Amino acid sequence: MLFELADVGLDRGGRAVLDSVSSRIPEGSTAIVGPSGAGKSTLLRLLNRLGEPDRGHIYYRERALDSYEPLALRREVALVPQLPALLEGTVESNLRYAAGLAGEPLEVGETLARAGLDPSFAARDVAKLSVGEQQRAMLARALAQRPAVLLLDEPTSALDHAARDTIEAALGELRRSSEISIVLVSHDPEQARRLGDWVLRLEAGRVAGCGAPAEVLA
Amino acid sequence: MTASIHVDLWQVAASLVLVALAAAISRWQRADLERDILVATGRSIVQLTLVGYAIKVIFEADTIWLVLALLAVMVFFGAITARHRADKVPGSFGPLLIALALAGASTLGLVVALGIFDPTPRYLVPVGGMVIGNAMTASAVALNRLGDEMAESRARIEATLALGATAREAAAPTVRRALRSGMITLVDSTKTTGLIFFPGTMVGMLLAGASPTDAVRLQLILLYTLLGSVSISALVATTLAYRNFFTPAAQLRELEDAG
Repeated sequence: MLFELADVGLDRGGRAVLDSVSSRIPEGSTAIVGPSGAGKSTLLRLLNRLGEPDRGHIYYRERALDSYEPLALRREVALVPQLPALLEGTVESNLRYAAGLAGEPLEVGETLARAGLDPSFAARDVAKLSVGEQQRAMLARALAQRPAVLLLDEPTSALDHAARDTIEAALGELRRSSEISIVLVSHDPEQARRLGDWVLRLEAGRVAGCGAPAEVLA
Repeated sequence: MTASIHVDLWQVAASLVLVALAAAISRWQRADLERDILVATGRSIVQLTLVGYAIKVIFEADTIWLVLALLAVMVFFGAITARHRADKVPGSFGPLLIALALAGASTLGLVVALGIFDPTPRYLVPVGGMVIGNAMTASAVALNRLGDEMAESRARIEATLALGATAREAAAPTVRRALRSGMITLVDSTKTTGLIFFPGTMVGMLLAGASPTDAVRLQLILLYTLLGSVSISALVATTLAYRNFFTPAAQLRELEDAG
């Protein structure tokens, strides 16, 4: 089992954003779905310890998440946030920064290709990229760390259909390669069907369904 | 080095005409600063008169301990004042107190060790006041900018943390910009000194009858001393304060924790 959530709760401003969430996320590709405000992104941030739950426990590969050293955990369980937030410089300098943090060798062209970008993007200034290109550069930056798990927060929410299809194609390739487990947050049930082997459905911070896409998204 | 001059109270009173002019401009242009001008004028009279008597006592006692006590009080109140301007930085008082104390101690220690000034109250009190005052302004500006930048750069900082960067690595560009903000004002005014404005010490010495050569030399020493103290205070304040935005597990604290 990749992640196990045991009675996880988290409050913000006196309101329960996550309320007694108990579920399992297997290896492979999982989509967390639900309407806005269901707690999807909050849950994703807990999975690489960008936040801590107020109640309950999270396990990663059968070990309590809070027993992992947070920095090492984040290099193994990489999170790509919903909005692109690259460092100033070129796409390549961003990739090198991430690879350097993880102590991994970097093959720039290959990493870009895995995120659906051609090699010419390496020298591009990130400030001059479109949102869709920035989102793919964010994906490439995460892949430069050669993570075991990729956490993706609404990776196509701000994109047009063409940019969305490019990212979904790149994620489809990653999913088929079976080297990386993917946990993807999406508000779009169709996207969850296209990219998920497993679906966790949240509503108002509670688990509303968990299982194969055909069962949960029926 | 200087000839003493005498200033009568009527001369001070006469200069209040310019305060009235400032208040009139504020009222005419509805800048709503009349009350602040009144308070500022009142406070300047009371504070400077009190500190004048305190300095007189310290000069007459001629002991280093009284000087150190006065400088410690300045550091304490400087940190309290700067904290109000750094209200977006959680727990800013500690970093500011350490920054002002270190900036004051190291720059004054250095100018005495280099033999530039004698370790006597006549030098240490006025120079210490300037050093701590400028350090306070610089560290307040730096932390004010740090608070704004941490809020604006929250997404980028968290995205960098998500790659496994340390809090220090993730905050480095933000801390750099804050440090620059704290230092830039004095660097810029040092560039234009003598061209666009005459700095206070030089003006004071010239009015008191000192030779222009002496006035310029002392002013240069003070400008360079202030550059040192401003750099140290801004560096120490930002280096210590950015940590308060993060938990020990390198997570960004919620913003409502600030204050």
